[in-house]
Amino acid sequence: MTRERAAWKHGSTGLPQLFSVLLTATLLTISLAGCGSPGGGGDTEIKIQGAGATFPNPLYQKWFAEYNKSHSNVKFDYQSIGSGGGIKQISSRTVDFGGSDAPMKDEELKAAPGELLHIPTVLGAVVVTYNLPSVKTELNLTPEAIAGAFLGKITRWNDAAIASANAGVSLPDAPITIVHRSDGSGTSFVFTDYLSKVSPEWKEKVGAGGAVQWPAGGGEKGNEGVTGRVKQTPNSMGYTELIYAEENKLPVASIRNSTGQFVRPSLDSTTAAASGIAGQMPDDLRVSITNAPGATAYPISSFTYLLVYKEQQDQAKGKALVDFLWWAIHDGEQMAKDKLYAPLPDEVVKKSEAKIKSITFQGKPLHASGA
Amino acid sequence: MNCWHVRAALRGRPFLAHVTYGRRGAATESRPYMSTTMNQAVTKRKQPATGTPGFVSAILGSLTPADWLFKQTTLLFALAISGTLVLIVVEMATNSTLTFEKFGWSFITRSMWNPVLDDFGALPFIYGTAVSSLIGLLIAVPVSVGVAVFLVETAPRKLATPISFVVQLLAAIPSVVYGLWAIFVLAPLLRDQVYPAIQSKLGFLPLFQGNPNGLGLLTAGIILSVMVVPIITAVTTDVMRAVPPSQREAALALGATKWEATLIILQNARSGITGAVILGLGRAVGETMAVTMVIGNRPEISASLFEPSFTIASAIANEFTEATSEVYRHALVELGLILFVITFAINVAARLLVWAATRRQGEAARA
Amino acid sequence: MHSLWFRKVMSLTITLLTSVSACVVIGVLILILGYIGVTGVSHLSIGFLINDPKPIGDPGSGIANAVIGSFILIGVASVIGMPVGILGGLYLAEFASSRFGTALRFLIDTLTGVPSIIVGVFVWTVMVKPMGHFSALSGGVSLAIIMMPIVARTTEEMLKLVPNSMREGALALGAPVWRMSLGVVLRAAAGGVATGAMLAIARIAGETAPLLFTALSRNYTSSNISEPIASLTYQIYYYAGSPYEEWHSMAWAATLVLVAMILGINVVVRVLTRNRHQQ
Repeated sequence: MTRERAAWKHGSTGLPQLFSVLLTATLLTISLAGCGSPGGGGDTEIKIQGAGATFPNPLYQKWFAEYNKSHSNVKFDYQSIGSGGGIKQISSRTVDFGGSDAPMKDEELKAAPGELLHIPTVLGAVVVTYNLPSVKTELNLTPEAIAGAFLGKITRWNDAAIASANAGVSLPDAPITIVHRSDGSGTSFVFTDYLSKVSPEWKEKVGAGGAVQWPAGGGEKGNEGVTGRVKQTPNSMGYTELIYAEENKLPVASIRNSTGQFVRPSLDSTTAAASGIAGQMPDDLRVSITNAPGATAYPISSFTYLLVYKEQQDQAKGKALVDFLWWAIHDGEQMAKDKLYAPLPDEVVKKSEAKIKSITFQGKPLHASGA
Repeated sequence: MNCWHVRAALRGRPFLAHVTYGRRGAATESRPYMSTTMNQAVTKRKQPATGTPGFVSAILGSLTPADWLFKQTTLLFALAISGTLVLIVVEMATNSTLTFEKFGWSFITRSMWNPVLDDFGALPFIYGTAVSSLIGLLIAVPVSVGVAVFLVETAPRKLATPISFVVQLLAAIPSVVYGLWAIFVLAPLLRDQVYPAIQSKLGFLPLFQGNPNGLGLLTAGIILSVMVVPIITAVTTDVMRAVPPSQREAALALGATKWEATLIILQNARSGITGAVILGLGRAVGETMAVTMVIGNRPEISASLFEPSFTIASAIANEFTEATSEVYRHALVELGLILFVITFAINVAARLLVWAATRRQGEAARA
Repeated sequence: MHSLWFRKVMSLTITLLTSVSACVVIGVLILILGYIGVTGVSHLSIGFLINDPKPIGDPGSGIANAVIGSFILIGVASVIGMPVGILGGLYLAEFASSRFGTALRFLIDTLTGVPSIIVGVFVWTVMVKPMGHFSALSGGVSLAIIMMPIVARTTEEMLKLVPNSMREGALALGAPVWRMSLGVVLRAAAGGVATGAMLAIARIAGETAPLLFTALSRNYTSSNISEPIASLTYQIYYYAGSPYEEWHSMAWAATLVLVAMILGINVVVRVLTRNRHQQ
């Protein structure tokens, strides 16, 4: 067989036929699927996209699933990419709403193309969790111990700063592996905000922010990542939201609050932290409740916010969003306790209601009173 | 002079022509930009490449309107692909102006990453990228060359092809799967068994001090080495096979042992092997997912290999979606530009080496 | 010089060492694939492939959104990338003059070496930001950018293998150039071109980095290409970086699906191109 004929014959290895079959199948699937959604089934289906904080993600996913059961024509999707991502995406208008534990800074608000509202949804606790296989009881940690560990000055578990608050507990002589966030995080903001309040050295060296220059340790993405790393790494310590630690059976530290009590993070201690501030919330609802006064207050508590534009650009979406927000701060709060998030105090609910009522489309408020 | 000389001359010599002709006139090409499966599919044809680029232009003076349209359409598509590259470079350059104005060239040498103060410097990332890739190569190169020698010299003919294919399967596994495996299988193994052993024996070196918690520079280097082995093996096998058999025969005739003859071949192929290594380096430097899952994400230079670090690609992956200030985003894009320049330089160097190596052997064969 | 005995032993040792390295490499591959198989299979079920993910704690989570999403992303990428790649490769093989072709080839080869994360950043800047939202379309475009140069170069190489006598013959019979290129030359090289195309698909099926900023993800099955969409690779990445055991097993099962698909393509291509006419 000559070379030319061989080359020609190779065209029929069966591969092009197989390939064209696969390609046709793919294209068919796409066209069927493509016809399925935008025009086809559920013409009035409204899809709303949000992204942001990982802090409230377990609750939000539950909310969206429940809301869809009673409002089947609205589908929410929320991607937990971190508060920094939430702020960035809503400012670029690449999502319909953002989620953030850290209230937006003034410069960030100014840079946004429209007025952004902060709607608080629930209260949560930032806990210090750790992985010490040999220690069975939960530890007490002082603010100095936490700051020292995260500053990289306290490097071993049996350091005096930790041992002094935990009499009778035998701490291992092992290095502390610090885990923090590698992405822009509202949880980080709350944590560093607290550390700046209780440790002048931290305030001077690092400061508060969603993404700071961590003096020690390695970073992971999202509360999920930090919890995962702590869970898998013996002798590690990290900070995360309460539900992540609880769901993964990780111990949490009781932290000494401003009155000197060691308080364990819980629904009650988180609610106590917010009770003092509720009456004094500023109009735009941006507030920090770390190191709150009160004997039973957990010192690293925080509101978490949904960020929405005051002036909506799409009527159907805006209405659906407003209805959901209303549902969230009333009905949704009932589900918060199961997930260990504290519901909003009543005064805060009232202020949020006022904010939701102020959301407009072309100047007309979207929320029909009484809905 | 046989006709294959004429055909080769007629074929023209585009930048990447590195065909050599073995004893039986069978073409063996090394095309590093292609996967090895593709390489072998092309090589298997066992006939000299005879299509001539520009054939049509050469033999036809002018084209009919329909043909002209056809030519322009295909030209458009070819330009679209090349144009995309140019567009990427342009976009990256225009999107890194803010940090370039703010820091200038010192961006590359600064060691700082503070998004709160908008203070950025690329050095920790360049360090992390360089060291993790180097560790990867240090481990991969001896193993790959060993496997290549095994495939070319030791393995029986029938076994060589399936084994080579199996090694190439390593290249087909997605990066994120390597990352997943590294987090749950490799890192615990290293953290519990290997690192403490290393630290107890070699802990006096600053390289092995610190907290061996499993996620860090060394782990990233190890997973990179697994990913880079198939590339180096493939190109090394090709380059070794391109060495004219006369070299090996001469060595054996002079009484060399099998290994010594292999050594001669390796020496012949050394610029090609260097090219292979550099290609592997190019792949390692651009790896994102597997590295970001095990490197510990810490933008700081530390002497210990156990400590967490950061590479350029993993920094962009972690932080791009939330770069809230424009300066922050420009800093990340400028990091990307630096990475692009590094990979570009590496790939050009690699291709030049592989081309020079196989061309030299082709000339030696014809001599 | 060394004694003959020493040299022989050395040779034997090296042979042993090289065999050992081959075994190590194959061993690592078996370790990885075996682990994926064993861990993934235990969580695999029909429900897993048909259901969407549910909130943590609710039973019956699946990765249907990711499987369909990956399918759609690859489809969009192929629809954009294949024609451009094949026809671009055709130009390089048939029409390009030496100098211009060299320049084009250089640029195209450089594009194959661009790290995929940079492609993602690029598509975010030129598509996602102006469009105002993440979308499967931008995800598909970024995958197409990765796919195009590979397909173009392999198409060119395959077309160059078609002997000139076929071109001459077609032209001599009066065929127009476009007919010759498409109907005769491309057809002759169809096997090789399809090989290149399928391997390019296998390559982009495993990409994650470009999707991070373009397609984002979606927690339910979506088929609208102007909206964000899930993908197998992103889901694996997301579940891997989480603390939940359930999500870890889902990650392994999703990996099994993904790796089976990619390796399947590679094996099929290899088997079908086994040269039966070896000389």
